[in-house]
Amino acid sequence: MSESKSQRSRTFVLLALMVTFGSSGDVLLSQGMKQVGELHSWAPGAAIAYFARAFGSGTLWLAIGLLMLFLVSYMLVLSWADFSYVSPASAIGYVLVALMGYFFLGEHVPTTRWMGVSLICVGVFVVGGTHPSTKQSP
Amino acid sequence: MTARTALFISIVVVAGQLGDLSLSRAMKTVGEIKRFTPLNVLRFLGRGFRVKWLWIGISLMAVAFFSLLALLSWANVSLVVPATAASYAVGALGAQFLLGEQVNRERWIGVIIVCIGVALVCI
Repeated sequence: MSESKSQRSRTFVLLALMVTFGSSGDVLLSQGMKQVGELHSWAPGAAIAYFARAFGSGTLWLAIGLLMLFLVSYMLVLSWADFSYVSPASAIGYVLVALMGYFFLGEHVPTTRWMGVSLICVGVFVVGGTHPSTKQSP
Repeated sequence: MTARTALFISIVVVAGQLGDLSLSRAMKTVGEIKRFTPLNVLRFLGRGFRVKWLWIGISLMAVAFFSLLALLSWANVSLVVPATAASYAVGALGAQFLLGEQVNRERWIGVIIVCIGVALVCI
């Protein structure tokens, strides 16, 4: 496999990991915070008790773990790939979340959102057609 | 949209993207990782955390995050989140002019389509 093809494959794998870890981390973070409930008072005692309760949630720790894996994948892919490639390509996460919501959670997805999802797919496909790295390391 | 809302949306977008661009610069300074063994990845991340651009990036991301929290305390989420879709275009501009990436016409078209798509998803 040529260096260029190998770099492209590595980029796709890392982007897939980034999007999977990031999207599932966000979903679990939201779920975890909803389980903990709303913060009603910013008084120091109440806020400390609230965050102590939040950090006792297994779901929240799982979310934090996934978001850390997202950050690691992001840092690794940025060690060779252009930011102007990685950033728009990672928008595919919106598509993943919309599809997960529709198929697994039975959420209603309005037409404008499906239009947005389709446009993101087209945009990511166009960006994906360019070379991931246009610049040598400094 | 009030001037204060517009100002804070600009801070969220610009600080967030400058943060990501700084992170990108830091990782390019460390150099491309070739071997993905756990030890090598840990060493690589350790080298990354010794680069000042990484800490500048994290600080700017924190500014963007707290500005977003402040913004959401008075502005509607249905306005704020679609407006921050402009981040993709601002990021591509920054990558071209600050990091020297060659953002060709094809990539620009993709970025603009993604911006519109993300705005539609978030409306």
